[in-house]
Amino acid sequence: MELCSFLTLDSFITDPLTHDFMRKALLMSSLVAAVCGFLSSYLTLKGWALMGDAVSHSVMPGVVVAYALGLPFSLGAFIFGVGSVALIGFIKQKSRVKEDTVIGLVFTGFFALGIVLVSKIKSNIDLHSILFGSPLGISLSDVKQTILISLLVVILLSIFRKDLMLYCFDPRHAKTVGINVFFLHYLLLTCLSLAAVVGLQSVGIILVVAMLITPGATAYLLTDKFDNMTVISVLSAIISSLIGIYVSFWFDLETGGSIVLAQTFIFLFAFLFAPRYGIFKLKKLFAGYK
Amino acid sequence: METINYQNFRIDAENICVDYNGKVALYDANLRLKPGQICGLVGMNGAGKTTFFNALTGFVNISKGKIRINGESVRSAQKDQTIAYVPQNEGIDSQFPISVWDVVMMGRYGSMNIFRCPRESDVQAVKDAIARVDLTDHLSTPIGNLSGGQRKRTFLARAIAQRASILLLDEPFSGVDIRTEKLISELFIQFKNEGKTILLSTHDMIHVREFCDLVLLINKTVVAYGETSEVFTPENITTTFGGISPDFLFGPES
Repeated sequence: MELCSFLTLDSFITDPLTHDFMRKALLMSSLVAAVCGFLSSYLTLKGWALMGDAVSHSVMPGVVVAYALGLPFSLGAFIFGVGSVALIGFIKQKSRVKEDTVIGLVFTGFFALGIVLVSKIKSNIDLHSILFGSPLGISLSDVKQTILISLLVVILLSIFRKDLMLYCFDPRHAKTVGINVFFLHYLLLTCLSLAAVVGLQSVGIILVVAMLITPGATAYLLTDKFDNMTVISVLSAIISSLIGIYVSFWFDLETGGSIVLAQTFIFLFAFLFAPRYGIFKLKKLFAGYK
Repeated sequence: METINYQNFRIDAENICVDYNGKVALYDANLRLKPGQICGLVGMNGAGKTTFFNALTGFVNISKGKIRINGESVRSAQKDQTIAYVPQNEGIDSQFPISVWDVVMMGRYGSMNIFRCPRESDVQAVKDAIARVDLTDHLSTPIGNLSGGQRKRTFLARAIAQRASILLLDEPFSGVDIRTEKLISELFIQFKNEGKTILLSTHDMIHVREFCDLVLLINKTVVAYGETSEVFTPENITTTFGGISPDFLFGPES
């Protein structure tokens, strides 16, 4: 805390940049935040927050198995992410148990399997970094994977941007005009799994769902236009990541937690002061002084 | 023996059945509609009206029977954007961040390239459609800021922009203002003259008498089907509504 006394804003920002690991962390986390923020608009509008939670937790055993077998961890995570969704769909269809119950049941089961596997395999897996993320300790191979997956998700979302918007808004109309709704459903799920995979490096499995829903929720309070919502969502995600990493560097805090907390504060700010949908409706407040 | 030319029918549903996980929602339902016909779909909540729509649009699969749209399969009707569906106001997320223009443009998606970039003709079609429902002043208004009637007109405009020859309307008159009701009535007459086929579900018996050439009374299956003047009798209506008399439904005057 003594640091603060001789810190200027300039050195607050530039000092961390002298470290290689910080430059890497800032860049990678911004990229991950942008990807998750992009997807976040769709997930919040589709009402898939719980699904995001489920997928992000379910990738755990996949990560562990992939590490143990020496495969890219994203591959394992992806298989288990999509697998969990398929299992949720199957159980929902074949039983009378309600959907939210099934989702809760499946993802905790997968997550538990992951934890048990970690204890059994006892390799050099760092449970802490899987659960809470380790943006400061990201390896070169992880960097390559993250860039590759991020590019893939951004390209997919950009190509099918409008179709996905239609799918979230009115799937019946999409179907009626011959758009493949089945494909869009699985495309969104695939992107969700991939985004969860890259997101967990930044903030870890437990908090990655925040990356997937908070930026979208914040943007939803600030605009009535879908394109603006996407831009705001991406920007707020990137800004939170930068703030989180800087704050964690200077005050020696857990990085993942700091990033998510920054997102939560931005959301709270929008919740209170958003011009149209905030509790205090800033626009009206200003109008009062005119 | 007379051979039936299926090309003559816009909609030809033959003995269709739909079940959801073994629970029957609709069985042995038949419907034949020609160009320029307006048909009312009348039944209680849960009688299978929405299921019927879903089957025609291909949103649910039928377990038995056959559906032909212009003599072709439902899938090719989807490809040709033959059918437009106008949802109930309750059936859409009115808080979705989307403008009138964008909703109506969705009517053109089926005929655009994969990026859904509007061509000059698409822009013109959307402009014309919005003008026909009298919403030109609200092009960029988010749908959340519209009244129920304006929202209904937005989705009608989407169906117009789609240039579909068959319109399926779920409760087109529920929750709309007088102005919208009048505009929809006028549009129906125009659609009929343009040779479009309309199937609309409604709770309002007066509208059935006013607009519908034909009426299809359903209660999980077809109770009665035919010309409105012949089929829309107190007895049939009572059967459709599970024994409730038409006096109760629309006053002793009827």
